[in-house]
Amino acid sequence: MASSAIEITGVTKVYPGDNPVTALENIDLEIADGEFAALLGPSGCGKSTLLNLLAGFETVTAGNLHVYGEAVTAPGPQRAVVFQEAALFPWLNVWENVVFGPKVQGMPAQQYEQKASETLKLVGLENFAKHLPVQLSGGMRQRVGIARVLVMEPTLLLMDEPFGALDAQTRLTMQQLLLDVWEGLKKTVVFVTHDIDEAILLADVIYVMSARPGRIATRIPVEVPRPRNLDTLTDVHFNEMKKRIMHEMRVDQH
Amino acid sequence: MSTALSGQRSKRMALAACLPVLFLLTWEVMGRYDLLIAGLIPTPSAVLRAWWVWAAGAGGLALNPYSGTWGANLWFSLQRVGEGYLLAIVLGVPLGIFIGWSRLAARLVDPSIQWLRPIPITAWLPFSIALFGINEFGAIFLITLGAFYPIVVNTTQGARDVDKNLVRAARMMGAGGGSLLRRVILPAALPSVFTGLRIGLGIAWTAVIVAEMVAVKSGLGYVLWDAYYVGRMDVVIADMVSIGLMGYVSDRLVVFIESRLLTWRRMQSY
Repeated sequence: MASSAIEITGVTKVYPGDNPVTALENIDLEIADGEFAALLGPSGCGKSTLLNLLAGFETVTAGNLHVYGEAVTAPGPQRAVVFQEAALFPWLNVWENVVFGPKVQGMPAQQYEQKASETLKLVGLENFAKHLPVQLSGGMRQRVGIARVLVMEPTLLLMDEPFGALDAQTRLTMQQLLLDVWEGLKKTVVFVTHDIDEAILLADVIYVMSARPGRIATRIPVEVPRPRNLDTLTDVHFNEMKKRIMHEMRVDQH
Repeated sequence: MSTALSGQRSKRMALAACLPVLFLLTWEVMGRYDLLIAGLIPTPSAVLRAWWVWAAGAGGLALNPYSGTWGANLWFSLQRVGEGYLLAIVLGVPLGIFIGWSRLAARLVDPSIQWLRPIPITAWLPFSIALFGINEFGAIFLITLGAFYPIVVNTTQGARDVDKNLVRAARMMGAGGGSLLRRVILPAALPSVFTGLRIGLGIAWTAVIVAEMVAVKSGLGYVLWDAYYVGRMDVVIADMVSIGLMGYVSDRLVVFIESRLLTWRRMQSY
């Protein structure tokens, strides 16, 4: 088996204050290199908090968190994040948003320009390079959000409900796009979602989380063969998986 | 389509002109029938004549010391506003970004600014004259000080309100320190910065007039006070209108620059 990309041991996150909130309690998690892992759970289960810890946006209250053997202390281009609302810079056009990473890292233009054009093409936005984010639909904005991190060639991709704000039709399109992109790259992905279908369709392994305090309730390997596509959503394996997960989640509530 | 649009535009302009035209006509007619306090308030036509001489008359005439000096005085005021205002921008914007961004800077600097801000620039006049004497620097000091507050306060607000996810995104892509401030915080704060720039510009014009009335011997403010002393109300009014005009034109210039820099913002609001 491949070495582990992410090792989380005994991680607890408490937000201090008059009424301290324990967002995560004693999380243990290991995600293998090249694995697509989904964190699935209701709102308030701490799945986004866990992602923010991995990204380095927040720090743990207790425990250890290692990505490729290194303790996470700050955000960085190796742990790329795709945000729910894309979080593009509204004053930069699509191209400028996509090359933002390489540019601030001081890379010379000729080194990233080709890669950036290829990536734009990969997400189907080669004709929108000069558009401002405000001129794009939600789905297109999220394509830019994906392109700007792929261009940095990160070792880990962290996705925080990236399709949660999109309409159902666009969400399906984006899921297909992500499947295609991932098949080509096989990068380690941690994908936060509250949508069971999405988790099964995309992930190799699903971590079901429970809320208050946030804990990992169960780990479910997804036994649906790859390559997958939107037809997978109606396939027998898929429905069996879904039944099982729904059962696990119900059990967890009692 | 475009003719309909321009038709609408000219209709709007005609509507906007109604009140001023009515006002000027009434004023002129009242003047001609001696209904204005005699000798105190000149008619609009008299103001225009005085303005013409002030602007285009031959210089150096002992009979009319204002003859032909409009351009020079306008230039003096404009230069002072330009210098003081630019200085206020150069000081206020970076400081505001810094205060808005760093909690330490906010705690260190912000209270002092809030304590000094309630002192009106007019109250600084004697201090400024004592410090700089009757010269340029006193005027520029007042203009800079007056414009500085709204610029720094609005920039601070803008830098403080930057979307947290934009900052996280930038950090994640490797931006830190100076590049984060320059590439993310400043552009994100720019709409607020321009609010401060416009308020600051208005205060800069107030400050230059006050300063020139007392602390320098040239410029539109100086002429304003001087003309009042010798009873030239026609020049006083022509001067007032000149100041208003300059304030208006300079504000339009800032708005124009704003619209060029903030295309993304304008498109967002549609």
